[in-house]
Amino acid sequence: MNPISHSPLSIPQQAYSTELQHHLFGRQLLAAEIPFSLDVLETHIEQGYVAKTFGIELDHCIRCGNQDKQLFYTFPCAICRQLCTYCRSCIMMGRVSECTPLYTWTGPAYDFHVPKSVMNWSGTLSEGQQTASDRVKQVILHQEELLVWAVCGAGKTEVLFAGIEAGLLAGKRICIATPRTDVVLELAPRLKKAFPFIEVAALYGGSDDRHKLAPLTVATIHQLFRFKEAFDAMIIDEVDAFPYSMDPSLHYAVQKAKKQTAATIYLTATPSRQMKKQYRSGKLQAVTIPARYHRQPIPVPEMKWCGNWAKQFQQKKIPRPVQAWVNERLQSKTPILLFFPSIAVMETARPLFQNLPAVYAEHPSRKERVQALRDGELQGLLTTTILERGVTIERLEVAVIGAEHEVFTESALVQIAGRVGRSFAYPTGSITFFHYGKSKAMVEAIRHITSMNEEARKRGLLDG
Amino acid sequence: MGFSMANCYICYEKMRKPITWTSLFLRQPKSRICSNCEAKFAWISGETCAICSRELDESFRREQLCLDCLRWENNPEWAGYLTKNVSLFHYNDFLKELIAKYKYRGDYALAEVLAPFMKECLQQLEYDLITVIPLSKDRLQERGFNQAQALLDILQINSTELLTRIHTEKQSKKSRQERINLPQIFRVTSRTAIQGKSVVIVDDIYTTGSTVRHAAKALKLAGAEKIETMTIAR
Ligand SMILES: [Zn+2]
Ligand SMILES: [Zn+2]
Ligand SMILES: [Zn+2]
Ligand SMILES: [Zn+2]
Repeated sequence: MNPISHSPLSIPQQAYSTELQHHLFGRQLLAAEIPFSLDVLETHIEQGYVAKTFGIELDHCIRCGNQDKQLFYTFPCAICRQLCTYCRSCIMMGRVSECTPLYTWTGPAYDFHVPKSVMNWSGTLSEGQQTASDRVKQVILHQEELLVWAVCGAGKTEVLFAGIEAGLLAGKRICIATPRTDVVLELAPRLKKAFPFIEVAALYGGSDDRHKLAPLTVATIHQLFRFKEAFDAMIIDEVDAFPYSMDPSLHYAVQKAKKQTAATIYLTATPSRQMKKQYRSGKLQAVTIPARYHRQPIPVPEMKWCGNWAKQFQQKKIPRPVQAWVNERLQSKTPILLFFPSIAVMETARPLFQNLPAVYAEHPSRKERVQALRDGELQGLLTTTILERGVTIERLEVAVIGAEHEVFTESALVQIAGRVGRSFAYPTGSITFFHYGKSKAMVEAIRHITSMNEEARKRGLLDG
Repeated sequence: MGFSMANCYICYEKMRKPITWTSLFLRQPKSRICSNCEAKFAWISGETCAICSRELDESFRREQLCLDCLRWENNPEWAGYLTKNVSLFHYNDFLKELIAKYKYRGDYALAEVLAPFMKECLQQLEYDLITVIPLSKDRLQERGFNQAQALLDILQINSTELLTRIHTEKQSKKSRQERINLPQIFRVTSRTAIQGKSVVIVDDIYTTGSTVRHAAKALKLAGAEKIETMTIAR
């Protein structure tokens, strides 16, 4: 902490530590996460630069918003010498209990000193992207709310650049949050390249940027638990992706991390039912990008009845239509992904598909196997829904086996179909839903894709 | 009969357990964990070292002792202080993660998962006094609880504070040789209380055995008759 000067001749110095400000601005942290002594914190509290809140209030956790009684536990605490309740929901980030203080910065705002020019990107946008880009910019500048509904392969990241640039130049602090670490790892280098004149912080479990204070942050939603009222614009990428769609505490994280007046932008190919409803009733503004960057329609999935697939796998048989589909592609050396409804079904089926290994969520070889498929070293892979997003492989074709199973929701099926035909060179390809009785989700997924294609055609966003 | 709905304390998944007449009448302690998680605990079994309960394999034993214990027992500084250590589980990745969450993240609730496993084993031990490896004051103030004490508290076993820490330096940073030669790290709180007594010391893990042997030596030199230790993992 800078000492307060007592000499009447010298210019009065700041009465707060700029290092502490740097560390705590826009944050909400445990003492253990702040590299300053409790004395320093207390002095700043006395002078109004720092505020302290206790971690559990009115049966909810201040850090993660948990209110589920089963996820609290009361223990004899040696710190406060009382029975003390703590939150088990966010315990992996260090225990927050009734006697645990959380610190926030309440002193002067930090000045990021954003230069006059921030962006170095000269790519071109498609017509659909341009429309969306203009809207994003307006929404960021006017602190509004917007859904960007862009088909898989539309190029949604580029749509953000102009808005981010305008926001930064207007002195706004911007965050792109996503449920998935993969997405952070993929976005961070692209953002750093596009915005080379400012700091970009990439936050995920175990990242080196943990303490970096930057005008542009890309983070997993989990990391937002450590922020409070920090951002003027919050962009949520893949808003529907697991586990964000399941976990109410992650909603809390987003709400807490942004300023109340912040612009909020939801980016997705498959908005939730609730979001679509809000959009249709006019409560949520939206912009759609119904066409891919390459101006070709999205391949529409085909449904194929294959009998009782579960029973046939149990009898160590591949359903005949599936076998035919696979053989055809093995002969033409087309890379394939076979989606299964569960690990159990996949494991029963795996010995029947020789030379096609499987990928598993936690498995270390997951990345290598996907790369081998991309490089043509593997002909195909068996997978569960874990590969529904983020995988781009040229010439890929996809089969969903047991497509009527409940894990294959409309959005999962749309995402899976979105893996096919993504490149300029190969904009087509087949997606087949093998089933033993159609599901509503299958029909809706196909309708979703056809209606996007129709809209794209109407708006003149497709060639031919 | 109905089902009781509760979440597993480890994986947080919903557990559906049938409530049967026996579970109602016998008031069996409710299990806090699902069968999936329970299956991940690897019990120590088979032929084990007569002192430290390590599973014996041919390349690392001499008769009934493992080579580690043999080394301790051949050292006049250390021989004969620890009569026996009992450990329940192999310290596998699952248990490593669980104990780290319990101890370092401070998830006290996991004491309710771990303690019941110790119950039967503790009933089989004969002792006059039972105690735990203490934490330093700073460490206790930081963590909010002593991980071994919490296990005994959950089981409602009356324990006595027999030891305090003199030395707080991190054990793990030292080599084995340094640890063996380390001056006393524990002080006995009451000589009177332990004269001629059999004492059981509880801790969460037995790794090198250095901690429990230091505790055993301090107690024995101060007048205790016999020292046994018990840990969840080793
Ligand atoms: Zn919490
Ligand atoms: Zn407390
Ligand atoms: Zn479990
Ligand atoms: Zn041994």
